[in-house]
Amino acid sequence: MSDANATDRRGFILNLWRSVFAAAGISAVGFSLWDRKGPVAAKRQTSKLQIASFAATGQNGKLAVARGSDRIRNIEAAIDALGGMAQFVQPGDKVLLKVNAAFATPPVLGATTHPDLVARTAALCFAAGAAQVAVTDNPINDPASCFELTGIGPAARKAGARLMLPRPDRFAFYSVKNGQLIRNWPVLGAPLVWADKVIGLAPVKDHHRSGASMTMKNWYGLLGGRRNIFHQQIHTIIAELAVMIRPTLVVLDGTWSMIANGPTGGAMDDLKATHTLIAGTDQVAVDSLGATLLGKSVKALVHLDLAERAGAGTTDYRSLNPVVVDA
Amino acid sequence: MVKIITTRRVTQIFFFLLFIWFCIVATLGQSWWQLRGWPVNWFLQLDPLVGLGVILATHTLYAGLLWGVATLVLTLFLGRFFCGWVCPMGALQQFVGYLGMRSLESRQRIERCQPHPAQRAKYWLLLFLLAAAAADLLAWLFGGFSRNPLGYLIAVAGLFILLRVMQSRQLIRFTKVTLLWIAAFFILGGVWQWWFAQYHWLSAALQTGLLDPLPFIHRAVNLVLLPVMDGTVHVTSAIPRFYAGSGLVGLLFLSVILLCLRIPRFYCRFVCPLGALLGLLSRWALWRIGKAEDRCRECRQCEAHCEGACAPSQRIRISECVLCLNCMDQCRHGLMGYYPHPSVVGEITEPDLNRRQVISAVVAGFAAVPILRVQGGLADGWKPQLIRPPGALGEKDFLSRCIKCGQCMRICPTNVIHAADWRCGMEGLWTPVLNFRIGTSGCQHNCVACSQICPTAALRPITVDERMGRNAFADSGPLRTGMAFVDRGRCLPWAMDTPCIVCQENCPVSPKAIFTRTEFRTIRNGSVKVGRIEANRITIEGPDLPSGRLGSGDYFVSWEGGRAVPVQSNTADTLILRTDPYIQTQPEIGTDLLIAVRLQQPYIDPVRCIGCGVCEHECPVRGQRAVRITAENETRHPQRRMIIR
Repeated sequence: MSDANATDRRGFILNLWRSVFAAAGISAVGFSLWDRKGPVAAKRQTSKLQIASFAATGQNGKLAVARGSDRIRNIEAAIDALGGMAQFVQPGDKVLLKVNAAFATPPVLGATTHPDLVARTAALCFAAGAAQVAVTDNPINDPASCFELTGIGPAARKAGARLMLPRPDRFAFYSVKNGQLIRNWPVLGAPLVWADKVIGLAPVKDHHRSGASMTMKNWYGLLGGRRNIFHQQIHTIIAELAVMIRPTLVVLDGTWSMIANGPTGGAMDDLKATHTLIAGTDQVAVDSLGATLLGKSVKALVHLDLAERAGAGTTDYRSLNPVVVDA
Repeated sequence: MVKIITTRRVTQIFFFLLFIWFCIVATLGQSWWQLRGWPVNWFLQLDPLVGLGVILATHTLYAGLLWGVATLVLTLFLGRFFCGWVCPMGALQQFVGYLGMRSLESRQRIERCQPHPAQRAKYWLLLFLLAAAAADLLAWLFGGFSRNPLGYLIAVAGLFILLRVMQSRQLIRFTKVTLLWIAAFFILGGVWQWWFAQYHWLSAALQTGLLDPLPFIHRAVNLVLLPVMDGTVHVTSAIPRFYAGSGLVGLLFLSVILLCLRIPRFYCRFVCPLGALLGLLSRWALWRIGKAEDRCRECRQCEAHCEGACAPSQRIRISECVLCLNCMDQCRHGLMGYYPHPSVVGEITEPDLNRRQVISAVVAGFAAVPILRVQGGLADGWKPQLIRPPGALGEKDFLSRCIKCGQCMRICPTNVIHAADWRCGMEGLWTPVLNFRIGTSGCQHNCVACSQICPTAALRPITVDERMGRNAFADSGPLRTGMAFVDRGRCLPWAMDTPCIVCQENCPVSPKAIFTRTEFRTIRNGSVKVGRIEANRITIEGPDLPSGRLGSGDYFVSWEGGRAVPVQSNTADTLILRTDPYIQTQPEIGTDLLIAVRLQQPYIDPVRCIGCGVCEHECPVRGQRAVRITAENETRHPQRRMIIR
């Protein structure tokens, strides 16, 4: 009997230790994860993204206008007039082309950047020694469809440029310095971080809310999130976008301009052969000049004035002595 | 000496009454019997399944849920004392089971208390529910690799060595291969989580509250029993309370209780995931029910009242034993007891499960959440009619915490919080949703009761200052639960030529979020001709006027060359104009008159509106209201905001 008792006692003490250890373990886990106060209000996402200036040195205030019906000749002539792509793209640069691929419509309708312009610009960049060229946009319609149906995707691939689709992981929160609207807002940042140079390629389009969609409005395609709430203050947002991006170069393609039913268009009747392509380093000046293609005055487009006052450029494009060439 | 089962019964009655008492005192007010520091969440906090679920789904243990640790620790020493002695759901079932067995012969009782293979179902349910919640804790643990790769690897190595040592000491029965699998699991998980950090591939949903007995009985008492009972005595509420979504809660509760007439402790034996959790733990309990000596006469009387159906006459199923101690009381030979050693005839410590069942339940739990989430309810398919109480976390975090206990619905002084049905997403069943048609008003502007009572901080504790956007919260502004929209096709001033603006009058925001614009509109058949004039009485020619209706102060008569004159009263064919010493002109016989109503038409100011729903509650269009709240612009989802500021 005494043996059995001893076994019992030994077994009990062993079990006691096991229970004590398990209890201590459970308590340790409980206390280490104890949260006395509970969650607080969700902190606003903080800005982590840094967007550098992409301006090429010594190229401030350059403006050129090419007049002609051939888009490819226009871009070549305009870049020539600015002193050639080598002024803007150094050998080894990674160049980002920000196109307007907003809608899944064919290039002939002029609602998006023309694929010929994309291909030719990419080729010029490569000729100037660019190591890589990428094309990006966060379109309104389905991104993959937009890039294919606008012809931009195939043109870019053919020219050796890569597409950077607006995948969720490519967005980061950003605040424009002194901005009112772009505060901790998701911006398509990965391509901007990747790039050494940024060139904006935009068509000239009528826009019912803002009056016109040109190179400044084109940066809207870098915004993510429920960005269309900014239509509530459309001119302010365009001016903030112009402050957000300091491009290497912008190209405003008015070979054909969408003069009605913008910014989607949908019929050839909405287009007008304006036979003008404007390139420059001052996006405000480029768009101010571009407004004339739509028959609009600088005063009518409030965002031009706002952008000028925010320091993004000048609306007085004549002061930049634009070089006008026939292509 | 008092018999042990008498002690157990008294304890059960005490805890049951205490539970009911806490449900009653969960009433907003100043009296001693109202919410004045009574620990009304104590039973939910003691429930370790609530705490464990919240840990798995949030990797934190909120405030009072720490009580669950005490329950677990005691279980490690005593076994399932909580089930047999404390749980009000268990006590109620035991009582009903007693009623059901009263007239039975001993043989029949023994039959009803035999173990059934289906008792393993509760373990499946437990594993399924815990796996569904576990994704967050896993993601957090795996995230350790991204935060501190070296530390993570050291920790995994440490775990491996610890398990290896425990294995060699025969403290655990893992094979070496299992240990390697565990280490590989953590290393691969850590690397995966680091590589795919952008994609939240693991998503958790806390659904234990569906079946967890404490939320279950709380829900039933809060949403069904109290409103039904109190509808006659009016103690907890001056006005009868209603709860949308309570029908299913009540019927399920009733079914469970009635089933106990046939099968004692039906829920405990087959369904209860808390019982399953404690059952898994009770195998390590220090004290356990069993036989001291092997000289049993096999009379099986001990099984005649065995609540847990654990077969104490044979090898007792320790995980099923709820410590009712009836076997001790029944055994006429003094064999059964509560000993610090296993039964001498041996015991079955593990539940009746095999590896395949365990893996199936866990995998199903992990898979269930992504399957539900792919419906898009947490993405662009969010439900605008799902208006959560102020203080609710963003929906994903909310679903990681809410246990559907109904405490917020119980405490709400205006009865505006209700139990959601399937339409707000399957995951959201019985979670709180505001229903502005039921209750005594909308969501009261200066009240934060629901967020203070919430036992798991699914409604995070907010202050009145934060809710109202005052003082320290002046910059962030008031918390918005949604936004009001005017349905112009139903609104009386907009669609029916009828003055109203009850919504504007009741808007509690200052300055008001509802404002009006005034329009004068010619009433139906309001174009008439002057027939006769006697002083300010005009007899008109034309269709009959609505008798006596035009003197309300909102109707005016105008004619060419005259200004609008208010109508003082009218009959079907006469108009008496308000005399006004400044009005010199009079219409002449034959003049065309226009009778117009002045309408103040309501508009919503989206910057001011907080979505409290007082306007919707008050709207005189009683069915589908003419002003309604939807979840647009709610503070808890900044990315869904509708306007810039």
